[in-house]
Amino acid sequence: MPEQRKLILKHADSPGYTPDIGCYLRHGGYEALKKALATAPRDLPDGKKLSAQEVVREDVKSSGLRGRGGAGFSAGLKWSFVDRRSGKPIYLICNADESEPGTFKDRQIIHKDPHQLVEGMIISCWANDVKLAYIYIRGEMPHGARLLEAALAEAREKGFLGKNILGTGYDLEIYVHRGAGAYICGEETGLIESLEGKRAYPRIKPPYFPAVLGLYMCPTIVNNVETLCHVKHIVTMGPAEYAKLGTPNNTGTRIVSLSGDVLKPGYFEIEVGKVTLGQLIFDANFGGGLKPGRSLKAIIPGGSSSKVLKAGEVFKLNRKGADGQMTKVDVSLLDLPYDFDSLQGAGTMSGSGAIIVMDDSRSMVDSLANLSEFYAHESCGQCTPCREGSLWMAKGLHRLAHGDGRKQDAEYLSHIAQNIQGRTICAFGEAAAWPVLSFVKKFKDEFVARGEADEAAKSKVAAGPTRDLKLAASPNQH
Amino acid sequence: MSNAATTAPAPAAPPPVEKIRIKVDGRDVEVPKMLPNWQGKLEPTTMLQAIQIAGGEVPHYCYHPKLPVAGNCRMCLVEFGTPMIGPDRRPVLNEDGSPKIAKSVLPYEPSTPRGAIACATPISPGMELYPNSPATKQMREAVLESLLINHPLDCPICDQAGECKLQEYSVQHGQATSRFVEAKVHKPKAVDLGPRIVLDDERCVLCTRCIRFTKDIAGDDALGIVNRGSYNTIAAWKEGAFDNNYTLNTVDLCPVGALTSKDFRFKMRVWFLKETKSVCTSCGTGCNLTVGSREGAIHRYEPRENDAVNGPWMCDAGRLNYKWVGREDRLKDVLVRGTKSGWATALKEISAQLAAAPRGSVAVVASARQTTEELFLLKKLATKLGAVTDSVARPGEADKLLVCADCNPNTTGAILTGIVDCHAEMGRNLAKIADGIRSGSIRTLVVFGEDVTQHGLGADLLAKLDMLIVSDILPNATTAVATYLLPGCAHAEKRGTFVNVKGRVQKFMKAVEPKGEARAEWEILHELVHHVTGQNGFSTIEGLFNQMAQEVPAFSGLEWAKLGDSGVTVQI
Repeated sequence: MPEQRKLILKHADSPGYTPDIGCYLRHGGYEALKKALATAPRDLPDGKKLSAQEVVREDVKSSGLRGRGGAGFSAGLKWSFVDRRSGKPIYLICNADESEPGTFKDRQIIHKDPHQLVEGMIISCWANDVKLAYIYIRGEMPHGARLLEAALAEAREKGFLGKNILGTGYDLEIYVHRGAGAYICGEETGLIESLEGKRAYPRIKPPYFPAVLGLYMCPTIVNNVETLCHVKHIVTMGPAEYAKLGTPNNTGTRIVSLSGDVLKPGYFEIEVGKVTLGQLIFDANFGGGLKPGRSLKAIIPGGSSSKVLKAGEVFKLNRKGADGQMTKVDVSLLDLPYDFDSLQGAGTMSGSGAIIVMDDSRSMVDSLANLSEFYAHESCGQCTPCREGSLWMAKGLHRLAHGDGRKQDAEYLSHIAQNIQGRTICAFGEAAAWPVLSFVKKFKDEFVARGEADEAAKSKVAAGPTRDLKLAASPNQH
Repeated sequence: MSNAATTAPAPAAPPPVEKIRIKVDGRDVEVPKMLPNWQGKLEPTTMLQAIQIAGGEVPHYCYHPKLPVAGNCRMCLVEFGTPMIGPDRRPVLNEDGSPKIAKSVLPYEPSTPRGAIACATPISPGMELYPNSPATKQMREAVLESLLINHPLDCPICDQAGECKLQEYSVQHGQATSRFVEAKVHKPKAVDLGPRIVLDDERCVLCTRCIRFTKDIAGDDALGIVNRGSYNTIAAWKEGAFDNNYTLNTVDLCPVGALTSKDFRFKMRVWFLKETKSVCTSCGTGCNLTVGSREGAIHRYEPRENDAVNGPWMCDAGRLNYKWVGREDRLKDVLVRGTKSGWATALKEISAQLAAAPRGSVAVVASARQTTEELFLLKKLATKLGAVTDSVARPGEADKLLVCADCNPNTTGAILTGIVDCHAEMGRNLAKIADGIRSGSIRTLVVFGEDVTQHGLGADLLAKLDMLIVSDILPNATTAVATYLLPGCAHAEKRGTFVNVKGRVQKFMKAVEPKGEARAEWEILHELVHHVTGQNGFSTIEGLFNQMAQEVPAFSGLEWAKLGDSGVTVQI
């Protein structure tokens, strides 16, 4: 039976483990930073020389670390895009705006082991010649912000942060910036705008790629909390050893947030790809199964914006055979290894690592109406398709969920969603559209049946239907 | 002052422009690799610019060539493709040897085309743009549908009707029906943004042109967006706080009926307005404008783009400075010693008396608000009579954008024609004239367009004159005591040129008929000059201008026809 593999959360939940620096140091804290700062330049076979910082950057790349925030992009590659010739300062921002519904992993790190993040950040900053970094933390996490402030102060006092870090001459300052409560602040360019003191409107790309024109129009790295923590472990273990964790192209561990209709919801750190969705839901080490008498209906596998998977689905995945040839194999839903590539192969994503389990007691119409209301509320409203489409979908779903549906609503909703995805400034368009597209596609019968039932009920009422349903009053609504 | 008039700064040999070959709707097009951005700085050419060069059009709301790019309306989404690169990093070729094109698709759904916003996406060699493909059209339709679902669709009572991009694009790219069956979002109506601007938030498409203009061009961070998502609302930081001298430009910029001018709204349907090219008279900048008039009444001024002068903008003060043209108390009659007379009588008498006047006994005060042609004729007259001439300075306060410190529209014209001595300060001769009247050496005063009682020639002095010839538009203390009062024309009632403070010679056209008996001053001056000097002149503005160009060194080489709509800069 697969088990958790605790790397990031190795100490966090141990009895007596506290978030202060004394406890962190007793558990080997800041040794990775010392090791990183002592990195020797490396001679390459082709005669080129890598500086100490370049060595660490190269190690992060070869470790195969992929971003844990949602997109699963190679962290080392992201760092390699940074414009280091502009002469402008390079900034690093830790994205601690964890706000994807279903996701509660970063807060475990921040609340229980903040120094691990700080150490990961200091190493990452040093490796990228960053002199000033920010932790952008979600406004709804005031406790986390206080803990991080305290951790930074302790690190500063011990000489791990500030001027002349550990006598190396390297200066770094890290500031905590609290958001004011908007999902879109987790989008990296929206976050940067917010950090600059503006409305968190994501920027158009091109030209505003953070690696070139980020914070204050300077090259900027934005990494997730968990991602930055992994950097520390890559330094400690060495990239080759680290890459042995997990599976090829899906290395390391990641923290999975499991919620919904399971007996034992919670967060679990697993080796990426070594545990299947079925094991995560049913094994006693993880979710512990469904509630008695219930059967699985659907899984939202990577945060609420990922496309839903239906119980019983079978996917054709690329698998490397013993002869090295890629072949297509059938993999059923519960046998899907929980990693970046398998879920992508299944037409969805592992996103932020948040698995939401839905059993047969759930109405897909009502669930989607709920989700869509969230996205309508969180759309920043900058660009047309998302601004208008996300509320449109939410209103249509509200109608369908409240007795004013039509049998063509399934198609109606899909059309609206189709006109959003891929046409917006940021990935929020996909985040709002994908749940609708996937729910309606995979559970079309349920949506059509609900509409038909409403129409049948109304055909008996002489007065006819009203279309004047409104969403529950939004705090933003005038 | 130079003798040589230049039609434009002599073009230096242009640096070789690097070009890129692309395809637009299947046609090969060569476009510059770099083109000026909104600030005039060279940047990689965008898809939108390339399609425009190819003769195509890309619908857009938020994009404006003189504002920072926002990319938010998504109306300019265009399907495109790029040359395919093989694993060997070399282009993949079709059987006929042409490069294979990979159309842009959604990475997670390769059967669906993915558009790029043409306003912000740079082109690359070999790129293919499909501004008229079914996929592009579908994207536009979808954006337009989205923009309209919460729009009030109140075109019949909307002030923007007739010049609304929602209407225009609905015709070109819209759908006949809407699928929307839910309730619309309601937002604030008739919001008092500032002293000159009213906002209808329900009509707003949130393109942010007004915000960007106000912040990045006018330098006033007065506007922003409040609330979120579909409830987004444009707002001033405080109700009524949108108050700088450039607010009305946002009405022009607003592609829909959200921002309206308090001055113009509900006054006139725009399709009834006749548009006449003109120039602003409120300061020496000479912003180009369009007069909107109907049946002899002016209803609005709008800026007319001229990158050599005002770009696409103008100030609020200049824009609203048209109402005097239609004032009820306009001078409408020819008066001889206070009694209604006629042009023939008055001009005959004046000509005879001026011709008989002893040399040096006449002085001329000509406003720097008169046209260059009029100043030229007045100078001709003065030269014949040996008259001292001058004009009246009108100092104001300059700003950083358009307003200049000289509130006369034609100071340069007054200097170049010699009405004002280029080596002396404007108005210095006024004291000399006052002395002359006081001493009795000046017996006749010709005043065009100024109330000289405000400038050192009080009513007591004017009473000493044998003859006071006055032409003006509105009554004042000088016109009240005129021996001969000749009703003149506003610039919008005649043709002519002004020369702005930078030497730009700009012509303006006639928008409305003069009031009553009023006549264009150049016409009556033409007659006077003819009678007094015996020289033949030109009775058309074209001929007059061309004659002036031959006689006034600064204008040499100019022709009326060559001034075009945006004028010509001469050396001053």
